Amino acid sequence: MREISTDKIIKTVAELCMSANFELGDDVKAALKAAYEKETSPVGRGILEQITENAEIARAESVPMCQDTGYAVLFVEIGQDVKITGGNLREAINEGVRRGYKDGYLRKSILGDPLKRVNTKDNTPALIHFDIVDGDKLKIIIAPKGGGAENMSEVRMLKPSDGAEGVKNFVVERVRKSGGNPCPPVVVGVGIGGTFEGSAILAKKALLRQLGSHHPDPFYAAMEDELLERINKIGSGPQGLGGNTTALGVLIETGPCHIASLPAAVNMQCHAARHKSAVL
Amino acid sequence: MSKEKKHIRTPLTREQARELKAGDNVLITGTMYTARDAAHKKMVEALDRGEKLPFDPAGQVIYYVGPSPTKPGKAIGSAGPTTSYRMDAYAPRMIEAGSCGMLGKGEMGKGVVEAMKKHGAVYFATVGGAAALIARSIKKAEVIAYEDLGAEAVRKMEVENFPAIVAQDAHGGNLYVEGTKKYSKE
Ligand code: SF4
Repeated sequence: MREISTDKIIKTVAELCMSANFELGDDVKAALKAAYEKETSPVGRGILEQITENAEIARAESVPMCQDTGYAVLFVEIGQDVKITGGNLREAINEGVRRGYKDGYLRKSILGDPLKRVNTKDNTPALIHFDIVDGDKLKIIIAPKGGGAENMSEVRMLKPSDGAEGVKNFVVERVRKSGGNPCPPVVVGVGIGGTFEGSAILAKKALLRQLGSHHPDPFYAAMEDELLERINKIGSGPQGLGGNTTALGVLIETGPCHIASLPAAVNMQCHAARHKSAVL
Repeated sequence: MSKEKKHIRTPLTREQARELKAGDNVLITGTMYTARDAAHKKMVEALDRGEKLPFDPAGQVIYYVGPSPTKPGKAIGSAGPTTSYRMDAYAPRMIEAGSCGMLGKGEMGKGVVEAMKKHGAVYFATVGGAAALIARSIKKAEVIAYEDLGAEAVRKMEVENFPAIVAQDAHGGNLYVEGTKKYSKE
C-alpha cells in the first residue's frame, strides 16, 4: 500500500480550485482564436476578442475569469493500492475546496438546501464522483461548474427507435433553446447510453476532454463533427447575439444501455471551460 | 471591425432609453446598481408593501451580477453578468418604479419587453464570462442594502466606459432574434 496524507490532498485540491478558475486551458484559447478568424459577425468578433482578453487578465492577475466560480465538481480516481492517512478523504477534499475558495477570493455559490436556500458560505460541499482504479496513485480532477450553462442542460429518455437522428436533433434543439443564456460560445458535452443518471455523468465527463479530441469510435467521432457543424449553422453565435460561433466543440461519451432505453444527456458548458487535474 | 461605440451616461432619462437601438455598441459611464434573484425578490416584496426601495430607481440601470469577493487593493472582484431571464418576473416592476435599464446576459421575456415599450427602458447585454475584463471598468462599488445576501447584496457602482451592447430596445428591437436570423445558415 502506498500512503497519501490528507494534508497533501487538501493542499492539492485548494491549488486546483484556484488554478482552474484563473487559467483558461490552452485548448480553449486555441479554439477561441480559430473561431475568431472564421467569425463574420462584427459583434461576434468583438465578443470573442473580449473573452480572449479576459482570459489573459485573469491569468496575469490571478483573479477568476468568471465571477461564477462554480459548483466544485470533482472526479477522483483512487488506485486500489492507495491508503489515505490522516483523516477522511471526502472531508479532506471539502477542506481543500473551502481553503481554495477562501484564499483565491472565489465566489461561494452553494446553498445547503435547494428550497430553503441558505448559503453555506464556503462553497462546500463539493460534488465528488469517486472511482476505484488499478495502481497506487490518486488522480483528482476539478471542474468548477457555473450555474448559467448548467441550467441549460437536459437529460432525455429517448426511444430506441429514435436512433442517431433522434439524439442529434435533441442536441441541436437543446443548444438552440439555450440561446445566449449559457454564455456562448459553448462546449457541448453529450452522454449517450447508460441509465438516466448514467447519461448525465457521461455528458459531464465528456466536458473533461480536450477540445479538438475525438471519440475513439469513428462513428461517434463523425457525429461530433456533424453536430458542431449543425450547431454553428443556427446563427445565434457569441452570447446569442448573432454569428457563426455558437459552439467551440461537441464532445460525446457513450456507454452500454438497457434494451428498452436510449438515454441521452446534454451538459452545456460555457467558454469558461474550466478543468484542472493532479496525480498524487 | 466593430461598429463605432456610443458613449452614454447613467442614470438615463426615459427619452434617452428610447433612443438606444438594438445592435448599438455602448460604453457606459456613471452609476449602476446591482441586484440578482434574491435582492429582486426582496425589493419587489418591499414595493408590494408600499415601502421604498433601498435606492431611488429613477433612471437607474440595474446590473444583474453577483461579483466574486474583492481582492485587497481592488475596487471589486470579477463581475460579469448573470442570466437575465431569471429576473423576468421582477424587471417589469422595477421599470414601473422608475428604472430605465437592465444589464445582463441572455434574452429577456415578453413581459419585460412590454414594460420597456410602455415606460421607456432598454436592455443591455454584456459579455458573460468576461468578468475580469468588465471589472476593470468598475471604479467603485459599495454594498448599500441586504448585506446578508453576500454576493447577492445590492451594490452601488461607479463605472467608466463599461462595455455593453443594446440587445433589446424600447421599440421591440431584439438582437437575439435579428442577429440569429442574419447569421443562420439553416
Ligand atoms: S455560464 Fe459560465 S461564463 Fe457564463 S456566467 Fe456562468 S460560469 Fe460564467
